[in-house]
Amino acid sequence: MAKYLLLKHYRRTSGPENVPGTDLPIDQWAPEDVDAHVRFMQDWAEQMRERGEFVDAQALAPEGTFVRYDGEGRPPVTDGPFPEAKELIAGWMVIDVDTPERAHEAAASLSAAPGPGGRPIHEWIEVRPFLGEPPVVTE
Amino acid sequence: MVDVHGDGFADLLRELGPQVLGVLVRRGGDFAAAEDAVQEALLEAVRRWPDDPPHEPRSWLLTVARRKLVDEVRSATARQRREERVQREPAPGPTEQADDTLLLLSRCCHPALSPASAVALTLRAVGGLTTRQVAQAFLVPEATMAQRISRAKRTVSGQRFDQPGDVRAVLRVLYLIFNEGFTGEVDLAEEAIRLTRQLAAATDDPEVDGLLALMLLHHARRRARRTPTGDLVPLAEQDRSLWDTALIAEGVDLLQGALARDRMGEYQAQAAIAALHDDAATAEETDWVQVVEWYDELVRLAPSPVVLLNRAVAVGAADGPLAGLRELEQVPDDVPRREAAAAWLHEQVGEREEAARLYAVAAARATSTAERDHLTRQAARLRHP
Repeated sequence: MAKYLLLKHYRRTSGPENVPGTDLPIDQWAPEDVDAHVRFMQDWAEQMRERGEFVDAQALAPEGTFVRYDGEGRPPVTDGPFPEAKELIAGWMVIDVDTPERAHEAAASLSAAPGPGGRPIHEWIEVRPFLGEPPVVTE
Repeated sequence: MVDVHGDGFADLLRELGPQVLGVLVRRGGDFAAAEDAVQEALLEAVRRWPDDPPHEPRSWLLTVARRKLVDEVRSATARQRREERVQREPAPGPTEQADDTLLLLSRCCHPALSPASAVALTLRAVGGLTTRQVAQAFLVPEATMAQRISRAKRTVSGQRFDQPGDVRAVLRVLYLIFNEGFTGEVDLAEEAIRLTRQLAAATDDPEVDGLLALMLLHHARRRARRTPTGDLVPLAEQDRSLWDTALIAEGVDLLQGALARDRMGEYQAQAAIAALHDDAATAEETDWVQVVEWYDELVRLAPSPVVLLNRAVAVGAADGPLAGLRELEQVPDDVPRREAAAAWLHEQVGEREEAARLYAVAAARATSTAERDHLTRQAARLRHP
């Protein structure tokens, strides 16, 4: 059993290319398509809960601030927000599953969320294993 | 009379719950319905015993759980025949408790369940832990763990149980619980040992004793395995005066008893390797030649890439690092900890630079923060002599 982070990106500049014709931003979709997408996300989390695999799901505001230590006794330095940042994380799911294959299957099902016209958006989901506890028996 | 105000109350319920469940299941109760009935009976005990403590807590729980189960069965007309079976069963004798442990464990570790489901169901139904405690041990929300357990119960309820139960499947699940390594509110290693002790008392199988010995021989080193700040200490560098000699003695006794029955198995072989390490007063005194012989046995009994990897390290210690590196060539690249083993062997040869590089690769591929930090320190140590 291991935990995996499923990362959703708004925009990616690294990694594989998107499927052509699936890049339309959600604010340009028809209202019923937005509704269907939101409902799909809720249902997905519920299904994962029913399977006993759900740990966490969080969405992030698109804009954030960079913060840095600036020496003893000085206030932190801040920079941003950067509205045109290229790489943005939209949110994440955390799942607890038996195998890496199952983590990939869950990520693929999330990537099949409906987009414009109800067609799957084929969004790339980044799957990252959590570091866990070391096993007791290693010899 | 029960002391319903001390800590002993929760412990007592935790001990009695699985016993009562065992009786109900043995008498033909549907597993999922029986488990629900026991949980309801336990809740009723928590409500009623403080004002009205029973003289015979176990019989009280059994009576209440049985009534709830029969009510449940009666309410479902389709289950009429099951009800008759429950009522026709004779009353249990005290000696049947050991059989119940085996029966319950083989239900909870049924091969139709995924490992995680079997682990969760075993801890709840046989370990007597609450859903919240199991959830906390595995760092998932309680609602998720509740679903995992109820799905597991449904899966098990749909299975036929014509066979006496697969002890191998039970051993695998108990091993998983032990090896999980989490120590939260509930110490899973202790819990696995407790359950394996119950199983050992209920069976005559040297592999059960072998697994129990393996657990005790590793558990004996728990205080030496980490520094006070939580850093991992490899076997060769552990302070052996911190090892629990009583547990080692018990483990060795159990193992010798198992080996004498002449039915070798993988857990006995693994326990024998652990015993050889525990037996050495210093790392240098380890009998590596014998360790390698036991790995040969393990390769024969239960070959796996991990066994081959551990064998290569043992060969390196017994016959020199170059021999170890030759053995390592047979281990596939994607086996976890392969680079760490290769790094150690290269360091023994004197190839510091290559060793440092491999430690860094191993750190990047580590599956736990404790291992990552340990391997990062090894790379740093070699690069900054």
